[in-house]
Amino acid sequence: MTNDHDHDHTDDHTHTHTHTDDHDHDHADDHDDTQTDDHDHEHADDHEHADSSMDADAARVAKLRAQSRSGEAISVEAFRSKSRRSFVTGAVGVLAAGAFWNYVQTKSDPIDGAPGILRKTLRRNEAVWTSLVNGRSAPEFDLADAEPIQPNGSVGLSDEIDVANWTVRVEGPDGRLLDELDLSTFEQLPQQELAYEHKCIEGWSNVTHWGGPRFRDFHAKYADQVGDVPYVALETPDGGYYVGWRLDEILHPQTLLALREHDEPLTSIHGAPLRLASPNKYGIKTLKRIGVIRYSNERPADFWAERGYDWYAGL
Amino acid sequence: MSVDEHAISEENTTAPDGVVARLKHPRAIRWLHWINFPLLAVMIWSGLRIYWAEDVYAFGVGSWQWFVWFPEIVYDKLDLDRHLARGMAFHFAFGWLFVINGLAYVTYLAVSGEWRHIVPDRKSAAEAKGVVLHDLHIAAEAPPQGRYNAAQRISYTVVLVMAAIIVVSGFAIYKPSQLYPLPLLFGGYQGARLIHFSMTIGIMAFFLVHVLQVARAGWGNFRGMITGYEIEHPDGLDREEVAS
Repeated sequence: MTNDHDHDHTDDHTHTHTHTDDHDHDHADDHDDTQTDDHDHEHADDHEHADSSMDADAARVAKLRAQSRSGEAISVEAFRSKSRRSFVTGAVGVLAAGAFWNYVQTKSDPIDGAPGILRKTLRRNEAVWTSLVNGRSAPEFDLADAEPIQPNGSVGLSDEIDVANWTVRVEGPDGRLLDELDLSTFEQLPQQELAYEHKCIEGWSNVTHWGGPRFRDFHAKYADQVGDVPYVALETPDGGYYVGWRLDEILHPQTLLALREHDEPLTSIHGAPLRLASPNKYGIKTLKRIGVIRYSNERPADFWAERGYDWYAGL
Repeated sequence: MSVDEHAISEENTTAPDGVVARLKHPRAIRWLHWINFPLLAVMIWSGLRIYWAEDVYAFGVGSWQWFVWFPEIVYDKLDLDRHLARGMAFHFAFGWLFVINGLAYVTYLAVSGEWRHIVPDRKSAAEAKGVVLHDLHIAAEAPPQGRYNAAQRISYTVVLVMAAIIVVSGFAIYKPSQLYPLPLLFGGYQGARLIHFSMTIGIMAFFLVHVLQVARAGWGNFRGMITGYEIEHPDGLDREEVAS
């Protein structure tokens, strides 16, 4: 990719040469004609009108030539000292980059399994996205386009579930029990059918169909009691799996307390009898087999966030 | 070698008359180029850790797979497996730096007029073929060139376009709901994933050829990307021994 001398000989006299002008004159006459001819001869059959293309080609060669000679020229002595400085700067840059990398990897105290500086960046990303465009909705699909979802993870589901005697505890931010609800409460709320592209944090996705009440309709009963509480925590009955949500996000109309998947009551592995479903979070946030719904003033613990993942996990 | 070349190389061991160092890469280009290198490396490395968690791409027909992205040994050797969480944390932190650096680079190209050295013109496609033939020692003569030859101009422009696609498709994967309908530009969420991955492979291919060509072009050319200057002889020849 260096300059090629064959056409470098077709020098021109029009540019801001300082040191090179004299020398150019010495050689230019010898080479200009022959080189230009050679060049045109090669390309002549490419063109119907060889004469005009000869001019155009020559003009183009001159233009390209001017481009490659457009930079400032300095003496070789000046170059040598500049060169030394550049290499010193480069070496310092490499060392600084190495030190920064080392700091990110090992020296910034890990927070929940992620290097501290990266965890802080994830929090800043959350602030950016929740203030910029928060609350927008995911596209919805025809129910007919939905396919059953693959089971992917069973943390918190190891105990047998007795759906008939299952209840969910609803707790206020002070830990007070607000309600203990059975399935009928959720069956009596307005029912929604929602088909969306479920996205797993691993990278797969498929269009799934969920049925059940919106979380916001469930929340309406407690809104006055809990006030401006910023977070909601959800847990499986055994406490083995737990997620945290911002209240404003769990109140998004596309967040369902799903009772059904693909028109059938939830199976055990999909979180019977009640789970979260939302197109606006990765699947890790849609807790299966809800045992506790707790309003919270503190940012709730989150199973996967404690294992290095983004707490926000918003899409 | 022509008679003139011999004359110059034998004439002097120090800088002969008319030999100068000419600025080839402005300071901003050099900084942004070299900052991009580790940032891109971190993005690809963390991106492959993310891809590992759902590594579904392969060449083949039906169930017969001719090449799988990636064979197990690649994950093993590069420590890419079982690091999805870290991969994402690095990707979504360094991504900002990669984007900012890339925007600075494109802005500088546009404002400084340096884009003229890189963006191909009408004849570049035909000339690039000549460059390739010349580089493969099939054609004796190389087509005319400016600061960069036609193949370089096309590659440098294509890699910028690929970088733009990789960033936009990356955002489509990152926030498909908040940025909807952006994923539709790539045929949906999975389409964006495939294009994002393909662009990564494309940029890696560019990098491979780039490094090979830099190695071929020699020390003076490589040094130019560090110091900014290349030694230039009156007849346009590079004679590295003059300055080294």
